[in-house]
Amino acid sequence: MIFYALLTFMVVSALALLWLRNLFAVVMLSGSFSLNAAVLYVVMDAVDVAFTEAAVGAGIATVLMLGTLALTTSHEKADPGVSWPHLAVVVVVGAALIYGTLDMPRYGDPMAPIHQHVAPEYIERGPKQTGMPNVVTSILASYRGYDTLGEVTVVFTAAAGVLALIGRRRKKKNGVIKRTRSGERP
Amino acid sequence: MFEFAAALTLVSMALVLFRAVKGPTVYDRILAVNTFGTFSVILIALFGFLDGRPEFLDIAMVYALINFVATIAVTKFIKFARLGRTSNVEEVDDI
Repeated sequence: MIFYALLTFMVVSALALLWLRNLFAVVMLSGSFSLNAAVLYVVMDAVDVAFTEAAVGAGIATVLMLGTLALTTSHEKADPGVSWPHLAVVVVVGAALIYGTLDMPRYGDPMAPIHQHVAPEYIERGPKQTGMPNVVTSILASYRGYDTLGEVTVVFTAAAGVLALIGRRRKKKNGVIKRTRSGERP
Repeated sequence: MFEFAAALTLVSMALVLFRAVKGPTVYDRILAVNTFGTFSVILIALFGFLDGRPEFLDIAMVYALINFVATIAVTKFIKFARLGRTSNVEEVDDI
């Protein structure tokens, strides 16, 4: 019941997002939509995905969109009206996607093909070979260790690049800009 | 008992969502979204007990923190109309 109630909330939020013209309200509702999705992921046992959704969707994305609103305006321009060809394309693609999900195995079905391929082997060998009680940790930190190291390197490089780009210039007492945080030139 | 509490929480979430959508003023919406987040935290905690896994309580606490930070950001935006420093401050040390 919690599942369907949360889904209903998400549909209501999405329709309201389309309907509202005050962009501040849209940002607030999208944050609430993300938090709702995160709770739904928790209910569906995908706790790690829920963490990401809550931190990125409800936390960072809301703040970034608020920053955008601060730089622009908070009211959408007049409604240009419905574009029927575009609506038709969207409806057809959506119907095709929903048709595609009809073939999928039931949610959480242990006999689904994806759970029969390599997963049993990892579950069986993981604790013995790596000595870790958690299967996800054994795959991420041991079997895919180099891959995870590469991911961390990418994230670190991205953070360093962002800091170099948007590091604020630092003013000295006499008003002359001596240097920025990132380098020589302001 | 947990079922009853979860059902009541869901009803409250519906009411709060209505206020977030309808809310005539900005403050209605801020309060509604903040309360919606709080109810999400409660719902996760209740769901943990319903499902027999009270470990979910940790996740609920992290959500409470994220909700708090987001609300701080929103209220700061409302007060200063920007998220960075206020423009009349001449010299501020690094964060």
